Amino acid sequence: MRIERRLRQPWWLTVVVPVVSILLAFVLSAIVLLLTGHPPLKSFHRLFDAAFIANGALTETVVSATPLVFTGLAAAVAFRMNLFNIGGEGQLYGGAITGATVGLLLAGTPSPLVIAGMILAGAAGGAFLAAIPAVLRAFFSTNEIITSLMLNYVVGLVLEYLIFDSHSYLRDTTGFEAKVFPQGKTLPDEATWSSWTIHGLVLPLGFVLAVVLAVLVWILYSRTRFGFEVQVIGDSPRAGRYAGMRTRRKILAVMCLSGAIAGLGGASQTGDFQHQLDPRALRQANFGYTGIVVAALARYNPFAVVLVALLLGGLTNAGFTLQGADFPSGLVGVMQGLILFCALGGELFVRYRVRFAW
Amino acid sequence: MTSPPSPAVALRGITKRFPAVVANDHVDFEAAMGEVHALLGENGAGKTTLSNILTGLYRPDEGEILLFGQRAEFQSPRDALDAGIAMVHQHFRLVSPFTAAENVVLGDHRDIGRSFLLRPRVIEQRVRELAGRYGLAVDPRARIWQLSVGEQQRVEILKALYQDARILILDEPTAVLTPQEAEALFDTIRAMAADGRTVIFISHKLNEVKAVADRVTVLRRGRSLATVTAAEATPRSLAALMVGREVEVGRRDEARGATGDAVLEIDGLWADGDRGEAAVRNASLTVRAGEILGVAGVAGNGQRELAEAIAGMRPATAGFVRVRGRGLRNGDPRAAIAAGVAYVPEDRLGTGVAPGLSLASNVVLKAYREPHVSRGPLLRFRRIRELASGVIDRYDVRTSGPHVPAWQLSGGNLQKVVLAREFSGDPVVLVAAAPTRGLDVSGIETVHAYLREAASRGLGVLLISEDLDEILALADRIAVMYEGSVVGERDAGLATVEELGLLMAGGESAD
Repeated sequence: MRIERRLRQPWWLTVVVPVVSILLAFVLSAIVLLLTGHPPLKSFHRLFDAAFIANGALTETVVSATPLVFTGLAAAVAFRMNLFNIGGEGQLYGGAITGATVGLLLAGTPSPLVIAGMILAGAAGGAFLAAIPAVLRAFFSTNEIITSLMLNYVVGLVLEYLIFDSHSYLRDTTGFEAKVFPQGKTLPDEATWSSWTIHGLVLPLGFVLAVVLAVLVWILYSRTRFGFEVQVIGDSPRAGRYAGMRTRRKILAVMCLSGAIAGLGGASQTGDFQHQLDPRALRQANFGYTGIVVAALARYNPFAVVLVALLLGGLTNAGFTLQGADFPSGLVGVMQGLILFCALGGELFVRYRVRFAW
Repeated sequence: MTSPPSPAVALRGITKRFPAVVANDHVDFEAAMGEVHALLGENGAGKTTLSNILTGLYRPDEGEILLFGQRAEFQSPRDALDAGIAMVHQHFRLVSPFTAAENVVLGDHRDIGRSFLLRPRVIEQRVRELAGRYGLAVDPRARIWQLSVGEQQRVEILKALYQDARILILDEPTAVLTPQEAEALFDTIRAMAADGRTVIFISHKLNEVKAVADRVTVLRRGRSLATVTAAEATPRSLAALMVGREVEVGRRDEARGATGDAVLEIDGLWADGDRGEAAVRNASLTVRAGEILGVAGVAGNGQRELAEAIAGMRPATAGFVRVRGRGLRNGDPRAAIAAGVAYVPEDRLGTGVAPGLSLASNVVLKAYREPHVSRGPLLRFRRIRELASGVIDRYDVRTSGPHVPAWQLSGGNLQKVVLAREFSGDPVVLVAAAPTRGLDVSGIETVHAYLREAASRGLGVLLISEDLDEILALADRIAVMYEGSVVGERDAGLATVEELGLLMAGGESAD
């Protein structure tokens, strides 16, 4: 048996391979379920029901998916140019901090103005944090994987400091309870992001924004000169330089774009869902890191990012709903792991094929 | 007379298939003890595959290998080494912080090498002995990084001799040598043959093959076409066999039209190499419109850095580059492009083209900013496809279409794409660095034709090449680079190979 590089990659492989990979993940999960004494089909059915079908399930899934679309797009945008921005996590925190600050500052002004301000502030906060590893990379050839990753811890600690260890502007210091159990100030009603309800499905502004961004990113990367430069530099930085492209500027632009998208995800968390700066919820969710997984599974395609985010969001959501004595608690984690494993493993078969020699 | 002794090595009906290509198709090959046998063929003719089979890297799908009449089967390169077959690769496999002697013993897994402790003095003694016997002058205590390319090659050969290889395969060994060094190598090869060893000499240079080989086996498209006695063959007959038709092997056409004004002036240029060393030292050259200035030199004497400095890819640390009298912004490729510098880089796949992108994208790699290819921030994809199809038709690029990723193209076709793109920008100067490296004979012919055409259209062409034959075939004037400096400049008509070789080796010139 030998593994060979494919000389040509039929287009249908890019569809068939991921689908088969996910099916395989289900088969493997079924084996795990059988071994632990659970009926696989019934468990899958309940899982699927809780994620997409039950009353209100899809709305909850969209809630879980929204931050993942942002962080997934953020990662995809950078990875396309072989820039490994692992800092989506910290950039999301940054956007949450700046978004919440602006939401509090603009209390009393008309709601659309507050929301627009939060969106801009969130994007700016994320972009600023991404600019640090970007400058280091562009001018000092520092490895952006390390710098952006390390920055996550820094921003995470700043986030906690703002609420737990200081009397910052963002912390709620009124009332007795707030002194014992520190928490963020509740944002004014004007800072609550709008949402639309279609046949009982609630679409928050953040999700709509994320989908619009996915379309814009697709246009930017596949139709414009900017996208062409990103493709060339991502494929071969030397070829980009040879062609007279400003590679440093491109690194700065792409990293800041990536950071801005992740920061928007943070602003959306506070504006759409949490309505206060909530360090615990943000840090536990690991949206930034999960976004990297989303981008990888989506093969950096912005539309696929939306779909994958909905799938992973659905699994997370179902995991929350079904948690209990009668449902295998680790199942969702095991399935997410298996899907990731199979999908990334399946990549191999897009580019290579296995030949059996007798 | 008794029956002749069985040949040292015989390959019978060797077939090796790869996806989509049969690299070796029932190849027969035979070399006797004490024979220098050349394996001649274009790139892609199957020479490399055949030597990989002989050294145990590949296993043949069909056919058999006989060593001294015994059937041999290699499971791994180790088996082939044990059977006495060694190869000197084009790209050396040496550990650069180690000494020559250490490298020699490194590949050996018998007696001395096997013992836990190295005994440097014993090894050095043996290395000296071997070096003396075969004329391979190397200081066993010198570290590899201190050695010139020619010396490193000698270490590689010593490695093979140290393991007592009976059959040595040399893969295009002269590509990195000056003519004088090549002569010395031929003496070594003859000494090894006189000792009863078999030398298989892989090459596509006809003169060399004639000079050193006893017999020549010609490969074409994976088949062994013929085995001829070198003494009876002419370069012309060998070339015809190799390519399958008559080709021109000659010097440049004399008396081209008069040349015009200076279009490229390089004045006291200094530039650092990748490791921070001064790679270009005070180089000054002038190229006139309509002429080809050839820059000869052994690889690694600053030619690549010179080309990159002109094209703006590498910042100059001192000096000027002027195009049509106007200075170029230092270290800015875009400024060079705008001033009309076309550049065919040495590294085709990776610099000259983005390998993962389509042929169409690579055709507009530089033009994508121009209004005829883009509208505002958006690209005009239909225009791009038309341009690419035009290039495919006009330059006869063999491919299934503009969407094919560049890495799938052969070297020759890729170079056509690069040249087409570079000509499309209305350049004044063409800097071509090793434009035919790794190309087959017909690819080389095509590139040469385009370079000549560029000069006749009035471009100033700076041709940098390690292949002296190429420079002699094309250039009007020849400059030689040695250790970063231009050490001599001659009119092509007056230059002799001997004199140029001497300059390339850093010898005194007759100036």
